Amino acid sequence: MYIIDRRLNPGGKSLVNRQRFLRRAKSLVQRAVRDSLKDRSIKDLEQETEISIQREGIHEPRLHRSATGGNRDYILPGNKKYVEGDELPRPSGGGDGTGGFNGDGDDEFRFALTREEFLDLFLDDLELPELAKKRLTTGEAQGLRQAGYMTSGSPAALSIGRTMRNSLSRRIALKRPGSADMKRIEEEIQRLEAVDGDHDDEIARLREEWGQLDRRRKLISYIDPIDLRYRRFEPTPKPIAQAVMFCLMDVSGSMTEHMKDLAKRFYALLHLFLTRCYRHVDVVFIRHTDHAEEVDENTFFYSRETGGTLVSSALEKMLAVVSDRYSPEDWNIYVAQASDGDNMASDNPKAIALMKDRILPIAQYVAYLEVGREEDPMTDGPTLRASDLWQAYDSLTDFKGRFVMRKIHHRREIYPVFRELFQRRGAGERKQAS
Amino acid sequence: MMAKAEKPLFGGSDWNFEIIQRIYDTVERVAASELALDTYPNQLEVITAEQMLDAYSSTGMPLLYKHWSFGKQFLINEMMYRKGMSGLAYELVINSNPCINYIMEENSATMQTLVIAHAAFGHNHFFKNNYLFKQWTDADGILDYLEFAKGYIGSCEERYGQAEVERVLDAAHALMHQGVHRYPRAQARDLKAEAQRKAERHAHQEQIYNDLWRTLPRGKARTPTAADDRRQRLNLPQENILYFLEKSAPRLEPWQREILRITRLIAQYFYPQTQTKVMNEGAATYCHYRIMTALHEQGHITEGAFLEFLQSHTSVVNQPMFDSGRFSGFNPYWLGFNIMQDVALICTNPTEEDRQWFPEIAGGGDVEGTLKHIWANYRDESFITQFLSPRLIRSWKMFKLSDRKGNANLRVDAIHDERGYREIRRSLARQYDISWQEPDIQIVDVDMAGDRKLILEHHVINGALLDEADADRVLRHLADLWGYEVCLREMDEGVGSAVKEHKAKPGPAPPRLASA
Repeated sequence: MYIIDRRLNPGGKSLVNRQRFLRRAKSLVQRAVRDSLKDRSIKDLEQETEISIQREGIHEPRLHRSATGGNRDYILPGNKKYVEGDELPRPSGGGDGTGGFNGDGDDEFRFALTREEFLDLFLDDLELPELAKKRLTTGEAQGLRQAGYMTSGSPAALSIGRTMRNSLSRRIALKRPGSADMKRIEEEIQRLEAVDGDHDDEIARLREEWGQLDRRRKLISYIDPIDLRYRRFEPTPKPIAQAVMFCLMDVSGSMTEHMKDLAKRFYALLHLFLTRCYRHVDVVFIRHTDHAEEVDENTFFYSRETGGTLVSSALEKMLAVVSDRYSPEDWNIYVAQASDGDNMASDNPKAIALMKDRILPIAQYVAYLEVGREEDPMTDGPTLRASDLWQAYDSLTDFKGRFVMRKIHHRREIYPVFRELFQRRGAGERKQAS
Repeated sequence: MMAKAEKPLFGGSDWNFEIIQRIYDTVERVAASELALDTYPNQLEVITAEQMLDAYSSTGMPLLYKHWSFGKQFLINEMMYRKGMSGLAYELVINSNPCINYIMEENSATMQTLVIAHAAFGHNHFFKNNYLFKQWTDADGILDYLEFAKGYIGSCEERYGQAEVERVLDAAHALMHQGVHRYPRAQARDLKAEAQRKAERHAHQEQIYNDLWRTLPRGKARTPTAADDRRQRLNLPQENILYFLEKSAPRLEPWQREILRITRLIAQYFYPQTQTKVMNEGAATYCHYRIMTALHEQGHITEGAFLEFLQSHTSVVNQPMFDSGRFSGFNPYWLGFNIMQDVALICTNPTEEDRQWFPEIAGGGDVEGTLKHIWANYRDESFITQFLSPRLIRSWKMFKLSDRKGNANLRVDAIHDERGYREIRRSLARQYDISWQEPDIQIVDVDMAGDRKLILEHHVINGALLDEADADRVLRHLADLWGYEVCLREMDEGVGSAVKEHKAKPGPAPPRLASA
């Protein structure tokens, strides 16, 4: 009989099969993943997720009798009151109790996706706009990277582990006596001295041996300069892999909870997407009425303010934060602005100017999201009147690609709009060509 | 009775390899002295929960080719396990030589003892001795064959593309249940045996010779038609659809035939298991119960460990009653174990009723011999037909419900009384009879001269037709493999005519790499 410990065998034997399954069910899983956005809180978007897909598409058919029809017999245990010839009504649904031999009724198939699998499917075929990538490659900073060891250097860069390893192997190779060896001889001498009898010859021999070893120890040093190793650093170009995302939102009285919710979902998606592209993403929340302030996330989404609306105040605040903390040299800047479209008419020119002359030149991407009421978006009659801000921003067409605006009325529109904005360019062109 | 052990095999619930070795040696000794089991050599493999999930999804095989359906299985099991809806098995055993037993690292020392007694001895003995396993499986070769299958399908994927291979495998999996030989092929006889048979037959003819037979009017001998000839050449009718396709489908490439063969042989390997679920689990449970009790009596395991064992044993052989809300058919562990316990009782301490019902074993006294005979020569259906005693039917208050077409209500046909015993026993056995449970589908003809249409028949029993949606899908797969139109007729017994017909045409051939 053999006992074999298989616990250390590499796991994930089923990984390939799992991937094949996901690939096969890709379209189903993808739809389920996107649908799952509807009823899940944005906060746990990144958690490991459980999704359910229709069994239909991944069904493995086989030839078997149908669950109903024909004459059937059942043998069951636990008769309490029936006698031969009793009749009892057929259980509805043919399922539980009497006929539960074919419990195959579940037509939903639930399983868990890991975070990576979920995000892959969720953000599949999306990418950052072209210009952001250009920026990524050109905007570089110098960084240091460890690259091997060298024999000279500053004491601070001494690699103790390496040095000791060299020292140890040298000492072993040159047979340097250890302190244990010395101690053994000393003890032997002491022992001989303590016992009676003539051991002078022996003691003298030991002393001589001790002297030899001691000299050898002195000759072969514990750490020799040739053992020393220093960490070597190399300057490397470091791409800017950090981004800051500005969330600007109008929180004046006219913004309803519904509108804020729409905006929040869009911000969440953008954040998720940016975290996939950049190693480090900062988020700055700026809310505004007729004046703007930087707040934390909770206040941003959940507290109410009253007052008029001055969009330019938020833009100014944002520029202030940029000059204060986020130098455009080092940071990729993304701006997402949400509003119901109200703005003081006198403020429009100022807002446009700020946007055009100061924000767009430094930002990778600016998205303006106009959120509307959930009910009929056509409340203003058949000719939908564009809002003040919309009309104003409409003149920024020169910056197409870097500046986009969209209207959203309902939750279900968010994801399509988001996808539209970040659709992989190649895919879009191909579609046009065909 | 053996002398008391000096000290128990283990103290707490922790185990290490030394303890496992000690447990195994002791269990082996007890198994030999108590039951004289005949087993393959064992190989114990310690695995983690994750590895157990892996093993689950490849139908318990240690290695198997890659296919998405195993991934699906894995996700289902993982979900169930993580939600706590189902625990993992404590062990998994593979019918191979040496017999591979997977034991989980989470098991306590007591559980490892139980698992070794159950799988390494109970199941192992059953695999080695049951006639179905002997007839249909090759324990020596299975691991090598799986290795070959995995490599072969892998190389096919490299050569012909994953999608192409997957298409064949999907189709083959859909027909897997129709890919087994149910009857062993007749062995080719040698000349000597043939001559002897001929002489015997001749002697018999002489013995029963009567001149009167000559005077009987004889009908015209039926001359074989072209259709008969064609069917004979194609070996029709044939119920092993995969076998037929592998040998006779006109448009398959050699590698596709080989893949059909691989799935067919794997299906065949599992064929005995589906027929001996109750017996296999019953035998293993009976063995572990006997062995654990003996270990306890001899002082090899402590009182605490024995209680832990009893607790686990009781939950394994638990059977909810039909109205408890948890009922989902009979628990094979419970059914098998109880019938075997009952057989032991009949052997040693029979009642008058037992003597009437089981005259050949009642009071025989040789419990182990009788059980080993049963384990070797029966399958679930014959085992229940033969050994479900009136006492058990009474104690579980079994009854039979019949559901007749056209009746609004279900009728209680038989209960646990003198008139019902045989009826209940027969009906229960039928639930385990594979020829009743699996639909009888055969390929009956091919129109070779015309459009090469493949014709199949389903012999309908009790008016239960095939599930239509599934049947249509399977037929599409079948048509893809056959390459031409396929037609399945459902023939009702007695009526002799088709009640329903399913048809399918092969789908458009997938684009080949070369033509793209």
